[in-house]
Amino acid sequence: MSDTARAPVCVFAPWDDIQAKPLIQFQNVTKRWGDFTAIDDLSIDIYAQEFFALLGPSGCGKTTMMRMLAGFETPTEGKILIDGQNVAPIPPNKRAVNMMFQSYALFPHLSVADNIAFGLKRDKMPTDQITARIEEMLSLVQLNKFANRKPHQISGGQRQRVALARSLAKAPKLLLLDEPLGALDKKLRQDTQFELMDIQEKTGTTFVIVTHDQEEAMTVASRIAVMDHGKIIQVDTPAKIYEEPRSIYVADFIGDVNLIEGNVSRTTEGHATISWAEGQNELTGIARNDIIPGSVATLAVRPEKLNIYTSRPKDQSNVIKGKVLDIAYLGNMSTYVIETPTGQQIKAQVANTRRIQRRQITWEDKVWLSFTETAGVVLNQ
Amino acid sequence: MRRLSWFNTVSLSLGFAFLYLPMIILITYSFNEGKLVTVWSGFSTKWYGELFRNEAFLNAAWVTLKVAVMSSSIATVLGTMAAYVMVRAGRFPGRTLFSGMIYAPLVMPEVITGLSLLLLFIAIGLDRGVLTIVLAHTTFSMCFVSVVVSSRLVTFDQSLEEAALDLGCTGFEAFRLVTLPIIMPAVVSGWLLAFTLSLDDLVIASFTSGPSSTTLPIKIFSAVRLGVSPEINALSTIMIGLVTVGVIGASLTSKRSIAKRQKDEQEAIQ
Repeated sequence: MSDTARAPVCVFAPWDDIQAKPLIQFQNVTKRWGDFTAIDDLSIDIYAQEFFALLGPSGCGKTTMMRMLAGFETPTEGKILIDGQNVAPIPPNKRAVNMMFQSYALFPHLSVADNIAFGLKRDKMPTDQITARIEEMLSLVQLNKFANRKPHQISGGQRQRVALARSLAKAPKLLLLDEPLGALDKKLRQDTQFELMDIQEKTGTTFVIVTHDQEEAMTVASRIAVMDHGKIIQVDTPAKIYEEPRSIYVADFIGDVNLIEGNVSRTTEGHATISWAEGQNELTGIARNDIIPGSVATLAVRPEKLNIYTSRPKDQSNVIKGKVLDIAYLGNMSTYVIETPTGQQIKAQVANTRRIQRRQITWEDKVWLSFTETAGVVLNQ
Repeated sequence: MRRLSWFNTVSLSLGFAFLYLPMIILITYSFNEGKLVTVWSGFSTKWYGELFRNEAFLNAAWVTLKVAVMSSSIATVLGTMAAYVMVRAGRFPGRTLFSGMIYAPLVMPEVITGLSLLLLFIAIGLDRGVLTIVLAHTTFSMCFVSVVVSSRLVTFDQSLEEAALDLGCTGFEAFRLVTLPIIMPAVVSGWLLAFTLSLDDLVIASFTSGPSSTTLPIKIFSAVRLGVSPEINALSTIMIGLVTVGVIGASLTSKRSIAKRQKDEQEAIQ
């Protein structure tokens, strides 16, 4: 995140502003192929300069949404508006939308510079302006030295950057990125994620990215839409998606989570308490007001929010007792799998802040886990 | 290098003898001094000179070349269009019938193709000549082009065309600026295939040619019926030479481009 995003004076959150006009509006969009419904009565607003991620497992409809924005598919029902204008009758070549393809789709018979110039030439831009624009785009993606190479003469990471430069060359209102980093290895992917965010900020273009990689979505996006079976399950900032998932599906899809099922014994302002196992303390987490006492609910709590003790902690309210079943050392952190007397497994993650860890906790040890009342979320079934 | 065993040596020699002995004899006798094709009477190149003074042969060669260039060019355009529709248009009513009919001439006996075309030309009152041969050759060679081009299009990454549309191309521009340059090698080999098929076609040409438009194969065939002359040996030798040069040239070019590509890719990784 940039410094401007961190400064409290200008937090970028047009979705909280009632006055803000969305750039893209999906209004009750449905897309069917025969009996198969790819997109199911979906409505969503995306604002200018957002870095918006569509996240979901394959087949959830995220790519279909993107292809409808690009103009390669038309909705069966409903409307898609870009800048308030219905885009249904506009063919892909007339839309101020460009797309970066998953396979990059670089033209193999053209050089890097000609690939970038391709869209500009279609717009009949004067030659000197095209040359300047190519230069500008090449500097943006740091490929000036490779202008005359053919796509097969550069590496995968460089190809990815050429594809990005080509799709940004026409300065579109909206850039669509279809799994843009899927073909890169992990290290390169992380570097490129930051580069993407940088470029997005520099150009001020609205980015919509399709990905199945939740880490990628968390890193780059200003907001994430978690999708499943043609529906949007939740749209929120990465932090809210992670910390305050609205459903078990979202909690489970993003990151690691402990799901503890129980009966709601009572609710207070913004909190709910569940009793979940014989001989264990009740657990409290934050809750929305759709949680009713007496119903069955699930407490979702992230492993890193749990503390692990060798003796019962005194002043903590949420305490679980059990014994260590497994320890996984991951370098930067260790994951402990704790088994409760009733046989449920709960994960706790502890950062390895010290180089030589005092191994005071080991297999079969009796331990207590605890977390604060705001660490977990109580969710409906 | 491994030495071949005597068995392999014999098999190889037999195979090559079977393939090339007839041609070697033909080439040898094209340099024969005497008029008799089967009796060696000394080295000479006079039959080549004779050949180039023979108006009838030169005319026939010129007609053949014209027909081959025109028919293969038209066949390439039509065949590429047909292949594009077959691969890209997806399912449409009558698709199976259409694709079956495109490929039917591949298995149709030439005599039948020739005869039916002859009947058509008579029915519509078209005088037989260069035009009718061109039309006939286009008909039967188009399906070969279509087969070659469609096999390339099947492996063509469709997102390239979508990218072109996305960047502002109309459908036709996307085809002209992106698809066509990329499938060009297949289109060229389709053209070459159609060209060769037209060059050596005898059956269909003899049905559809007129008195003023004899092609080389027809000319050779009718000349041989009056007895093989050393001139025809000379002509055949020239044709063999051209084909040999063409094949060697094509294989060298493709070998070089593969080597270059591999080198480029190696450099890109580093």
